[in-house]
Amino acid sequence: MSFWEYLASNYLEVIGYTFEHAVLVLQGLALAVLVGVPLAVLTYRTGLGRAAAVNSASLIMTIPSYALFGLLIPLLGLGTAPAIVALTLYGLLPVVRNAIVGLREVDPAVTESARGVGMDRRRLLLSIELPLAWPVVLAGVRVSAQLLLGIAAISAAVNGPGLGNLILSGLSSAGTPFAVYLALEGILGIIVLAVVFDAAIALLTRLTTTRGARA
Amino acid sequence: MPENGRTDTGPTAEPMIRLEQLTKRYPGQDRPAVDRLDLDVPPGEIVVLLGPSGCGKTTTMKLINRLIEPTSGTILLDGEDVTRADPDALRRRIGYAIQQTGLFPHRSVADNVATVPRMLGWDRKRVAGRVDELLTLVGLDPDTYRGRLPRQLSGGQQQRVGVARALGADPEVMLMDEPFGAIDPLTRETLQNEFLRIQSELGKTIVFVTHDIDEAVKMGDRIAIFNAGSGIEQYDTPERILTEPATPFVSEFVGSGAAIKRLTLSRVGDVPVPDWPSIGQDTHRDERAAAVRAGAREFLPLLDADRRPLGWVPADASGDVLDRGLPIVTRIGPGDSLFAALDAMLAANSSAVVVVDDAGAYRGVLDLETILSTVHTDAGPAVPRPGTVATPGTV
Ligand SMILES: Nc1ncnc2c1ncn2[C@@H]1O[C@H](COP(=O)(O)OP(=O)(O)OP(=O)(O)O)[C@@H](O)[C@H]1O
Ligand SMILES: [Mg+2]
Repeated sequence: MSFWEYLASNYLEVIGYTFEHAVLVLQGLALAVLVGVPLAVLTYRTGLGRAAAVNSASLIMTIPSYALFGLLIPLLGLGTAPAIVALTLYGLLPVVRNAIVGLREVDPAVTESARGVGMDRRRLLLSIELPLAWPVVLAGVRVSAQLLLGIAAISAAVNGPGLGNLILSGLSSAGTPFAVYLALEGILGIIVLAVVFDAAIALLTRLTTTRGARA
Repeated sequence: MPENGRTDTGPTAEPMIRLEQLTKRYPGQDRPAVDRLDLDVPPGEIVVLLGPSGCGKTTTMKLINRLIEPTSGTILLDGEDVTRADPDALRRRIGYAIQQTGLFPHRSVADNVATVPRMLGWDRKRVAGRVDELLTLVGLDPDTYRGRLPRQLSGGQQQRVGVARALGADPEVMLMDEPFGAIDPLTRETLQNEFLRIQSELGKTIVFVTHDIDEAVKMGDRIAIFNAGSGIEQYDTPERILTEPATPFVSEFVGSGAAIKRLTLSRVGDVPVPDWPSIGQDTHRDERAAAVRAGAREFLPLLDADRRPLGWVPADASGDVLDRGLPIVTRIGPGDSLFAALDAMLAANSSAVVVVDDAGAYRGVLDLETILSTVHTDAGPAVPRPGTVATPGTV
């Protein structure tokens, strides 16, 4: 039985897992943005704040995923919840770092003249700084998405959803010819998702960037 | 003998802006960037802050609209202590334009100009009307430029938009930090002239920073000259700064050519233009040369039916020259400075220029003599210069 024949036999299952995988990554990514961007907004002005934010996010990246699950399972149990939280944490670094860079790249003359004509901090942030930093923020989201698509496979280890389940069952049937096929199916799903996510984020960047903020 | 910025020669009206003992010490700097500054800015005037780089001009501006909080001292705006007022509300009353313009790059020209009116909650129609009005005021056609992004404008156009944005909700006070810096001299001069025209309509109270003495003399009703230690050396009208520099620092800062600079201050319309006979077009062409020979001048202007000068008729005119005269290259109007008149003479290698009124009708001829006597008014009457005969060439 060739790989393609095998795929033809279980493609519905593969599509199901791929869909789960996409949803899982989207959730982790969304949370990473919801946490990371405000974190950047709160810290980008001072050197100390920036260092604290970026260093903590980097530190999280160094925690092995099995260890992280070890910490999360007692709090969240098994399944989707610990998987989403782990992905959120791993996804933070590119988002936080890019958001800080983007906010700091806004021309000081622009922020100064905005404040000079009486714009308050909130309006300055929402109507000037974030729109101008937005393309850089989205570039961080793109990196984060690619990263999480790979990492998300590990969620199967805590009975989470996604393509990791194919790879895991491949591992458990190691030695049989199907083991390799299962792993290949998992990888194929992730590659397809990587291409789709990349295109989607590129489109999102186009649609949500005001024309003047485009580089 | 450094003085403070209180005016004794100034109008008795309450100052629009009064700074009292204003001091700013940046953390980690050993001496204050602004040191116990006293300054009164009278309403409706342009006060220029002039001084070497780093003397605290920008800091002073940012203290006035509280982009920077003072270490000590008081800021009074129209008699009201604003040192502790809400800074955002304060800034909407004070226009702010800077050299780098700081236009919002992701917003259209119209959105940039609409910034303050929108923050003040004006309705859509009123904002749109105001934007068009302001763009027209600064010399940009609204239909052409409204929808453009800042980067689709030239440097000079961007600075115009910067000024329009600062004028947004018609603030009484404008702070302008080298608003016409970093552009070519020609555009810069156009912008200066246009701004003076706008100011003559609007009568704002303006604090204007520059480190160019020529710009200061041109734009300022008053000039405050700062020394490197951020003290005021002299606070006075441009005329007095040029004629009576209070300290050696001021004379050095004004530099050579103070007398020439004073020429830029006098308008041709403000000096008596000497009588100079003319020839009407109705004079028969054969009598024209005779008319010149009969008078004391070597050339007489030939005027058309509306008294507009057509050309110069010399004493030895013949042929075509009798019909139209020699061409007049430059006509000086009442709004031109004596400097422009002198420049026109030098450029045409002659010692007189034709002066016309706003409608282009002949007013007389300005000669070197008159200009010299203006320069020397304070130093006594002009030195008589026998032998200098006005020889209008083709001016
Ligand atoms: N944010 C700051 N922190 C520390 N020192 C500052 C800061 N801003 C300005 N200074 C210092 O304060 C002094 C006055 O600066 P300021 O910008 O007011 O000068 P300026 O007169 O506007 O000069 P220029 O003509 O070059 O624009 C300078 O010595 C400058 O180095
Ligand atoms: Mg400055």
